[in-house]
Amino acid sequence: MVDLRVDLSGMILDNPVIPASGTFGYGKEFAELYDINILGSISFKGTTVEERYGNELPRIAECDAGMINSVGLQNPGLRAVCCSELPALAEVYKKKVIANICGSSTDDYIACAEAMDAQDTVGLIEVNISCPNVHCGGMAFGVDPRTAEKLTKAVKAVSSKPVYMKLSPNVTDITEIARACESGGADGISLINTLLGMRIDIKSKKPVIANKVGGFSGPAIFPVALRMVWETAHAVDIPVMGMGGVDSADKVIEMIMAGASAVQVGAANLTDPFICKKIIEELPERMESLNINNFDEIRGCV
Amino acid sequence: MNDSILGISRNEELCAGIYEMTVSSPDGEFSAAPGQFAEIRLRDYFLRRPISIADVCGEKIIFVYKVVGGGTDAMSKMKAGDSIGVMAPLGNGYDIAKADDRPYVIGGGLGVPPMYYLTEKLIESGRRPVVILGYNTSSEMFYSDKFEKLGADVSITTADGSCGLKGFVTDAFPPERPYVFACGPEPMLKAVYDISSAGQFSFEARMGCGFGACMGCSRKMKDGYKRICKEGPVFDREDILW
Repeated sequence: MVDLRVDLSGMILDNPVIPASGTFGYGKEFAELYDINILGSISFKGTTVEERYGNELPRIAECDAGMINSVGLQNPGLRAVCCSELPALAEVYKKKVIANICGSSTDDYIACAEAMDAQDTVGLIEVNISCPNVHCGGMAFGVDPRTAEKLTKAVKAVSSKPVYMKLSPNVTDITEIARACESGGADGISLINTLLGMRIDIKSKKPVIANKVGGFSGPAIFPVALRMVWETAHAVDIPVMGMGGVDSADKVIEMIMAGASAVQVGAANLTDPFICKKIIEELPERMESLNINNFDEIRGCV
Repeated sequence: MNDSILGISRNEELCAGIYEMTVSSPDGEFSAAPGQFAEIRLRDYFLRRPISIADVCGEKIIFVYKVVGGGTDAMSKMKAGDSIGVMAPLGNGYDIAKADDRPYVIGGGLGVPPMYYLTEKLIESGRRPVVILGYNTSSEMFYSDKFEKLGADVSITTADGSCGLKGFVTDAFPPERPYVFACGPEPMLKAVYDISSAGQFSFEARMGCGFGACMGCSRKMKDGYKRICKEGPVFDREDILW
């Protein structure tokens, strides 16, 4: 009997599979389709202090083996998330969730972290310093090591729960940012957010996306994500949550072999709402066939 | 909502670049409200294609679609006996109960197909719909004869005057402002909105997921932002912000 459990800084998950922020809303749409309690955890839609509509439409462009989005962190704001979305999520999901937060200033991040720290259902705070779709803040905090370290310290100072910094791949050396976050006291690192990308409609001679550029995700980015998870896991001594193009049990195992403690599934949720369920059901069989009893045996083996 | 692999029993061109595909649900009778849609999975394409449901007949679902790019071109080349991934029904369809006894059903171009299923349901409910179908030109016309066979009162408009009334769907409107059901390009919806009293309007958008998870297709409505794929595609006239 294989053991699927993993440990994220003391938060024990039944399995390593977590839907990634922005691809699972607050769980409601998926809870209508299957019992989402099988999920290891859920990283819910990125939350900001104020309500955000996000960017103009079109926000979506298709690519070979992936997609570009420029949603721009549409969310109902901190108060609505704490008062309505999280209680509603607690009705259908009985485990601890991951609070994904974002802001355009250090104070925004602090306000979100304080509020999420006070939520019983939140087990871990994931700080998004990598959103490519907001004009101020977001990724600006995640491309400079000193800024990333300072923000980590500020969020850690108001959080009793583990704080994971979610990093952007749109940097020269992601391990430098990861190490800065570790120095700032981060409990873990999440990576990767989307890669900046673009498509042009050759008939109209205009970008497909109203915001011109957006975040590229999907199976096409898996090799890049895996490489960055591998580099980062070997550069820091804190746990790493790996994500980027994961859509199968085999890719979950690859991510863990690269050094990930848990694995998030993103864009794949949008084309197959049952994908996380399928991966969780496939994992034991795949592990047995590979003679893996538990993930500690293989974590970071590469 | 179900996500299934369905068998194709028919896939034929109706007119230049516009195809009709019939698939069968393995679970027997398929149930959908008019105005709901499906997300179709195509091999080699990452995103599904949102396609409106033109008709439901027992276990059969009928889609009408236009070839606009590689994905729909691949779809047009599928044959009877092939299978296709269909997630359906999705979104919020038309609510017939809100209509008066003689509603106007307005379809423009690729907005025509869902209006066929709607018209069937309206007639079944004992209403006497007035149907106005708008096309660019006669060579792009489809389904108008099917609406007539339902016994609906049908008017045709074409932008170039090659069939029916020359002009737009609004040129066939009565002087009084009727209750409308509308589906078509956004400029048409806006024009119909301006000369109607009440009704339901179906919107199109470039979608990510099609079931409310990604926020790729939000639209500002009077009561905040709504997802075209989830709270829509059909919205009440009084909720729309223009």
